[in-house]
Amino acid sequence: MDPALVSGPHAHGATSISRTMALVMLALLPATLFGVYLYGWPALNLLLITVASALVAEAACLKLAGKPVRPYLMDGSAVLTGWLLAMTLPPWAPWWIGVTGSLFAIVVGKQVFGGIGQNLFNPAMVARVALLIAFPLEMTTFTTPSPLFSSDAPGFLGGLAITFGSAPHIDMVSGASTLGHVKTEMSRGISLDAALAPVFDFMTGFIGYMPGSLGETSALLILAGGIYLLFKRIISWHIPVSLIASLLLLAALFHGIDPDRYIGPLVHLLSGATLLGAFFIATDLVTSPVTAKGQLLFGAGCGALVFIIRTWAAYPEGMAFAVMLMNALTPLIDHYIRPRVYGRDRKGEPLVYESKPEPPA
Amino acid sequence: MKLFKIRGGVHPDDYKALTAKHAIETLPLPDLLHIPLQQHIGSPAAPVVRRGEQVLKGQLLAHSQGMISAPVHAPTSGRVMGVGNYPAHHASGLSVPTITLKPDGKDQWVNNTAIPIDPFKLPPEEIATRVAAAGIVGMGGATFPAAVKLNLRTRYTLETLVINGAECEPFLTCDDRLMQEQAADVIDGIRIMAHALGVEKIIIGIENNKPDAQSAMETEAAVYPDICIAHLPTRYPMGSEKHLVQTLTGLETPARSLTADIGVVVHNVATALAVHDALRHGRPLLSRVVTVSGGAIRAPKNLRVLIGTPVDDLLSYCGGFTSTPARLISGGPMMGQRLPGTRVPIIKGSSGILALTRKEIMNDAVMPCIRCASCVRACPCGLVPLEMANHARVGDLEGAASFGLMDCIACGSCAYVCPSNIPLVQYFNYAKGELTARQRTEHKQAETRRLAELRSERMEKQKRAKREALAKRRQAAKAQQQKKVAEAEV
Repeated sequence: MDPALVSGPHAHGATSISRTMALVMLALLPATLFGVYLYGWPALNLLLITVASALVAEAACLKLAGKPVRPYLMDGSAVLTGWLLAMTLPPWAPWWIGVTGSLFAIVVGKQVFGGIGQNLFNPAMVARVALLIAFPLEMTTFTTPSPLFSSDAPGFLGGLAITFGSAPHIDMVSGASTLGHVKTEMSRGISLDAALAPVFDFMTGFIGYMPGSLGETSALLILAGGIYLLFKRIISWHIPVSLIASLLLLAALFHGIDPDRYIGPLVHLLSGATLLGAFFIATDLVTSPVTAKGQLLFGAGCGALVFIIRTWAAYPEGMAFAVMLMNALTPLIDHYIRPRVYGRDRKGEPLVYESKPEPPA
Repeated sequence: MKLFKIRGGVHPDDYKALTAKHAIETLPLPDLLHIPLQQHIGSPAAPVVRRGEQVLKGQLLAHSQGMISAPVHAPTSGRVMGVGNYPAHHASGLSVPTITLKPDGKDQWVNNTAIPIDPFKLPPEEIATRVAAAGIVGMGGATFPAAVKLNLRTRYTLETLVINGAECEPFLTCDDRLMQEQAADVIDGIRIMAHALGVEKIIIGIENNKPDAQSAMETEAAVYPDICIAHLPTRYPMGSEKHLVQTLTGLETPARSLTADIGVVVHNVATALAVHDALRHGRPLLSRVVTVSGGAIRAPKNLRVLIGTPVDDLLSYCGGFTSTPARLISGGPMMGQRLPGTRVPIIKGSSGILALTRKEIMNDAVMPCIRCASCVRACPCGLVPLEMANHARVGDLEGAASFGLMDCIACGSCAYVCPSNIPLVQYFNYAKGELTARQRTEHKQAETRRLAELRSERMEKQKRAKREALAKRRQAAKAQQQKKVAEAEV
């Protein structure tokens, strides 16, 4: 029963955490299904094992913290974290990559901070960065697409062997992601055009038929999911637009200066985690700023950092680092950038009209 | 006419279809009326009748006292059963001074002393005086004495009278019906108020979910070129005074100021009708239209009800409950307050009685904040509700105030959209109350200190004066003695 004294509103919109999480998962679904189709049974195994271990980790932490397990587990946030993490993993990665990643994401990335809503960093990115540093080989071994039920795809048992096998699979046809390939080739002194030619083609990149992480390759499907989230007002346009704009602007600028050394904006847009990051990762509600202006700044910062890391740092892809660095700035952004209060100027003083009506004498 | 954008807001399900097509019915005379002495903002009225006294309809029961107050009148003829305490129309359920009247069924009017004459020939002060004498208060729910607002012309340069017909709260249709059924009287009341304020321009704002009211008012207002009917977009809280003014004029009312500071006075449509009744017919405010609605009401209706009628009477006239309501509300679901029981009387500011089902209030379990910023987008005042709640929750009221707590209008848009069901308004009400109490204590302490310092200063002064006087006397005595000695020596 209600408490005796209860403030309004005595009505509530059809919103809930689980609805928010479910809509994000729905938006992820097309790209995920495509990833599973493209990389076959091992990808599905990895996805399931990652999500399942995220759930187990969450339940264990809630139990330990003495919080009610059911309502928190049912809010969908742990499933989404595991899901997002799996999207950024190499699809044929062994099972323990998924399990370790989920443990990192849920325990270190989320529950240590106090659970849902309290974490400073995006849990999936915490896990991804930790995995990338701890297991660089597994995390950068990508496979070329071998669609489900095609002749060269592993069957169900073969898939299990790849995911749960003790040694790296010998038959694995490994390929490199576009950005990884370019970085390696250029470090060997091969020109950008020559390095890019065999691995990048606009239509392939747009549809996503290429080596890459489980759910990152299809620009088309991720974009569709992102637009759906915008339409459903789960995210606002500010972060995706400013992130992509700042990345493209920087890329265009440098590519214009020296096309032989700097990758063009289109490749930046369609490779790696750009779109997944812009629509699904940087927009993480908990770890991004709350005001529109703050979000613009946050997105622009992410875009710039992605460009800097991709271009000059040792790693071919920088989305996870960029988002985490900007996550660290979120409290600062929220402290300094606030909306203007009604009836007050930016400094918080009451508005003054120049032609203020004077009382009659 | 050109409208201006306001920030934030929400689109709640309006449920107005439950009663929008129901013409206003007059509730039969109740057995007993409980008329509270304070139904308005300001000082309570002082009773002028005694127990056992026979009163006529429209007779003064209690007169206003102080600058901001309003009198109350007998809604019908009958005998005063008592002047005592009775549970208030308020969430607290506390008892307040109330006059209880037993109707005699004759409904006999008191002799009208104020002869109704053409109000446009009256000076503005006289209109305000008559409105004050009629006990008219803001009937949109704020219950601020209307005459005080009509007298604002003495202190501000006014240009526009805005009439609030937005009725943006879900469920409520009482203003909608009034505008449809009594458009001519409402327009007349509006013109009388404009005359009292000395303004030329009149804008009536009506939300687009009330097309019938819009056209009825447009038809009546067609002959008056200075009246403009604005079709407002349907969005809560369009009816918030300052936001309505901004939508219509593009001007933002500065913080801690009145809309009069930018030349605008806002009145409600029901208030306009009450002004018409008072000036044209010499009738004080005795009744109002109440929307009785909600999923738990068998037959939702719009009722014209005498002030002081027990809520029970309204509910039984509407067929009672179909199921036990999850919550009984006075006013709209967004800003209304919970009623402690059905015995309480209808007062001048009661726009609705809602018996809501569990499905309508959708009161789910509270979860932690996920910083989704829905509340920041929904806030019409540019505040950061999630931060305000975070600070208020741990008792950091200054922190909450730094995010604009005192600029919050408690519209509830933030809590309405919150996916975690956090009772944000509850936090803010607590924090505002606590902050005000603290400031009052601080003020009291400072005042005590000031008075104590003044006193010790005064005492010091007195002591000094005494000492000086003593010294003077001694000196004088000494001088005299010396003189004497000198004389003796000579």
